[in-house]
Amino acid sequence: MIDLIVSVISLAIPAGTALLYGTLGEVYAERSGVLNLGVEGMMIMGAVTGFAVTHATENALLGILAASLVGGLLALIHAFASITLRVNQVVSGLALTMLGLGISGIIGKRFIGQPLSARPLPLDFPVLSDLPVIGPMLFQFNALVYFSIALVPLLWFVLYKTYWGITLRSVGENPAAADAMGVNVFLVRYLAVVFGGLMAGLGGSFLSVAYAPAWIEGMTAGAGWIVIALTIFAMWDPTRALLGAYLFGGVRVLQFRLQPLGISPNLLNMLPFLLTILVLWFISEQAFRRRIGVPAALMQPYSRE
Amino acid sequence: MKMLRLGLEPRRHAPRYVQVLGLAFSLFLALLAIAIVFLALGVNPVYAYQRIFQGGFGSLYGLAESATKSIPLMLAGVGLALAFRARVYNIGAEGQLLMGAIVGGGIALNFSELPRAWLLPAMFVGGFLGGALWALIPAILKARFRVDEVLTTLMLVYVASDFVRYLVNGPWRGPEQRGFPYSSPFSLNAQLPHLGVTRIHYPTLIIAILVAILLFLLLVRTKLGYEIRVAGENPAAARYAGMNTQKIVLLVLLISGGLAGLAGVGEVAGIHARLSPPEGISPGYGFTAIIVAWLARLNPLAAILTSFLISGLLVGGDAIQVALNLPSATIHIFNGVILLFVIAGDLFTRYRIRLEARS
Amino acid sequence: MADAQQAVVMRGVVKRFPGVMANDGVDLEVWRGEIHALLGENGAGKTTLMNILYGIYHPDAGEIHVSGEHAVIRSPQDAIHLGIGMVHQQFRLVQTHTVTENVILGMGDGLLFREREARQRIKELAEKYSLQVDPEARVWQLSAGEQQRVEILKALYRGAAILILDEPTSMLTPSEIEELLKTLHRMTEEGHTIIFITHKLDEVTAVSHRVTVLRRGKVIATLETAQTNERELAHLMVGREVLFRLAKEPVKTGEAVLRVDDLHALSDKNLPALKGISLEVCAGEILGVAGVAGNGQREFVEALTGLRPVTGGFIFLKDSEITRTAPRVRIDSGMSCVPSERLTAFIPNMSIAENMILKTYRQAPISKGPLLDHKTVNAYADRLIQEYAVMTPSRETPVKLLSGGNIQRALLARELSTQPALLIAASPTSGLDVGATETVWKLLLEQRKQGRAVLLVSEDLDEVMTLSDRIAVLYEGEIMGIVHGEENNLEQIGLMMAGALRLPQEKWA
Repeated sequence: MIDLIVSVISLAIPAGTALLYGTLGEVYAERSGVLNLGVEGMMIMGAVTGFAVTHATENALLGILAASLVGGLLALIHAFASITLRVNQVVSGLALTMLGLGISGIIGKRFIGQPLSARPLPLDFPVLSDLPVIGPMLFQFNALVYFSIALVPLLWFVLYKTYWGITLRSVGENPAAADAMGVNVFLVRYLAVVFGGLMAGLGGSFLSVAYAPAWIEGMTAGAGWIVIALTIFAMWDPTRALLGAYLFGGVRVLQFRLQPLGISPNLLNMLPFLLTILVLWFISEQAFRRRIGVPAALMQPYSRE
Repeated sequence: MKMLRLGLEPRRHAPRYVQVLGLAFSLFLALLAIAIVFLALGVNPVYAYQRIFQGGFGSLYGLAESATKSIPLMLAGVGLALAFRARVYNIGAEGQLLMGAIVGGGIALNFSELPRAWLLPAMFVGGFLGGALWALIPAILKARFRVDEVLTTLMLVYVASDFVRYLVNGPWRGPEQRGFPYSSPFSLNAQLPHLGVTRIHYPTLIIAILVAILLFLLLVRTKLGYEIRVAGENPAAARYAGMNTQKIVLLVLLISGGLAGLAGVGEVAGIHARLSPPEGISPGYGFTAIIVAWLARLNPLAAILTSFLISGLLVGGDAIQVALNLPSATIHIFNGVILLFVIAGDLFTRYRIRLEARS
Repeated sequence: MADAQQAVVMRGVVKRFPGVMANDGVDLEVWRGEIHALLGENGAGKTTLMNILYGIYHPDAGEIHVSGEHAVIRSPQDAIHLGIGMVHQQFRLVQTHTVTENVILGMGDGLLFREREARQRIKELAEKYSLQVDPEARVWQLSAGEQQRVEILKALYRGAAILILDEPTSMLTPSEIEELLKTLHRMTEEGHTIIFITHKLDEVTAVSHRVTVLRRGKVIATLETAQTNERELAHLMVGREVLFRLAKEPVKTGEAVLRVDDLHALSDKNLPALKGISLEVCAGEILGVAGVAGNGQREFVEALTGLRPVTGGFIFLKDSEITRTAPRVRIDSGMSCVPSERLTAFIPNMSIAENMILKTYRQAPISKGPLLDHKTVNAYADRLIQEYAVMTPSRETPVKLLSGGNIQRALLARELSTQPALLIAASPTSGLDVGATETVWKLLLEQRKQGRAVLLVSEDLDEVMTLSDRIAVLYEGEIMGIVHGEENNLEQIGLMMAGALRLPQEKWA
């Protein structure tokens, strides 16, 4: 029994890490009032860029950095469209997802089936990893996993305990109020959206450089959409994002666990998506009853005149 | 020193010709942007566009193929135009299309002996219901529990895809397919007739055009259409006027889902004559239909035209995929860039753009 | 030329909006340490001018001097640096944040939010200027008066020497207004300069040292308050004599048309908003519901029209109970409503004709079966446009292109054309100029004369006093009392609005 729990948790955490990166970024973007439905496209672009650069330079860190940058650049397009041009955010995000899927397909074609020699920053916890139960459960992951976990308290702290955080939340709640107090609403939103893109790109590269590690066309397989749902599930809070991401990681693991029992892998594949719908249903009920959570200015472009 | 500066002056109302010109210009810019993407990926854009145009519009064969592919786009696209008019963001037409294909295909496989005059209509009706019921899930969630429809419709695309995969790998796999994931071929009675030597399954095309006209009339001539437009423009006003907004949400989702389902039947009964994995049934028509609807400015009549335009690009895109050895996902680049520029093109209707001299 | 005694000098300020000249060469001079009233009707350009001073809008021409220095103000940030603070009419507060978080918003000194220090400073400022408010409270928990104090604290926290207040009394009770005026005098004693935007003459005379009158984007005059009077100011503001009183003919009231019995409903935050409201409105009578904004007015109107679920009590229209019926049933049984938020009553992008049928599209002959009859629709729209003198190029013009007064006229046309038994009018003249207000008032009195029941819910006490036969005062979701609409009941009404007086039910009018 303990073995099972250990193995599920030790698998669920890495399986949820890409989701965690994406969700943390999207929490910030939506806190500023911008919905980014392009996460899927930014993750897949991050995945292909991360793989390509790591493959070429034999340096995983460079690959991951490049992936974040590409995710950020794609997000910049969304920022320009939704903040400056004030277009429909749903459609703009959707367009970027399509774009990301298309470009990644072309770039990635030559990498299909290629191996990757460089691994991202292997970490060694000399004593801790030998501990029974805890050791194999928590102390044998890749550095990117720990980095994502470290980001959670950091981003929580910034959001609630710093001037930046107050500014960010104000912009998402009442941009006119922030503007009247001399806050550059546009700048804050641009930064938040681009940060969201960076994180999505990083999450995508985690998949192709560390988790798989390989390039498979369309390998994010809807993770970006689950990120959007997780952001709602997390009620726009970084700590709850951690919970949600690992929950979905766990479902992914469960999928592999149930397969030997003779259940069709195709049916098991539906699990995360069905779970997402259930989660959205549950959260919507709650959010409506308690009237909390949703940044008040989400999806509302701001202009003075 | 005098400097030229691009000035934006907000305009409160744009005449129709500005809207049309704005759209055309954004489309042009989109193609320009795609050229840049091609260039960046090491593909000669002039060559690529030549091939695309020739492939899609440059020959009788190309035109016939464009017409063929415009059928699912038109059916799904006019439905989405209606839904978007009511500001219901049904992003899951692809899933509804697949469910239509499953139900239509299921009828074809299980009642293959029925006479054609019964079987084909039954497949269409079944396909419509399949797509509509698939859309009913997000519809109820939205109308009853206020769950945002963007994510739920989208999630159900993945579920529908997996369901198709499950069927063609499992219970519905044809015994004669030697392990390949396909159903048995449909009987001749379950196959749609084609126009001459083309692949244009004209019964579906006729249905699509009729539906587009009917939905246009619905929007401008009927009480229901008026309610849909009011609910989309200003939901608060709709409630204030005593309209049943939940009913409207349900209705537009059911209609758009059902029409996507019809598109699915058309594909399996008119083109493939069997069920195959989801990529085989539709290369993303349900998503491309979003562009068709948006490019038509959510006008069902205009969607007839835009579906043909976009399908021409699809066919041309296929041509360069083969010629330049590009993956099938290339088409998403077209979709993404065009959609992005079309919505950004609203700029022309919201602002007057002029060059000003500044000292 | 500019000397340090001049806190603000604006010269030749021009601001154009599409189709409107909001400011047309405005000159304004505000002296240090004075309370300077900016008087004008809605749409005269007062707020635009102050938004320019605060950096929210950029002038098309003109220059600004602050404390004797030429100033280019590109953003509120620049204005704040120049020591200018502004309290907008619609408060710019983040509802879900605490008072402290709101006050320090945009203050970029250091990264860490030192909450305790900030709270301490806010408390000191609050004490000095008697602006009592709990720094840890969340804004949505505060009354309008308290929220306004937070806005003033925001400006003071940033060391604002010049404070702009845009219509600061519109959301306050009479006693809160008195407190505000005391605070303002206190501030001028400390050397602050105050610009006070208003369209109410009594406030100008009560509070200001000098007054500048704006009309249609132009300065008409700048006067010493002590050397003018309300009549002269009114004349300058409107450009003609104002009708201060409308003749209210006696009308014989009939049966009760609307009967509300112990009505309860929740607010958006699921807190009790209506706590047992009972009243009756009879045919041929205008019942005014007075009260400070946010005391349940919106919830009351929504509960009556069926847009908000009722959690207890009953509503009767004529003789049938409609407590839990759909809005559509209420409309069809003779209820009309002019909502306070005009946006909920119109579809700005649709034509006037299509907006005119919003309530009647279900009925023959406008629709036949499932179809709309466009010919009838057009004829109907043309008739209403003519009858109610809506100024528009054509019935096809989108409503968003109409002026505020014309939109309200079109709205009344639509709501009255159905010959309703009951008309609910919520803040029907907010944002309208004197001329348009008069038209609306006359139309409401006309309804009364024709024997309809009118429920007037308004935060404008003048309006309620002018029109109502009886006045019910709403305070925190309860009716504090109902009195006759006579001038000598004014004091009682003021006390009830502040929650300081509750009339026993047997004394209700």
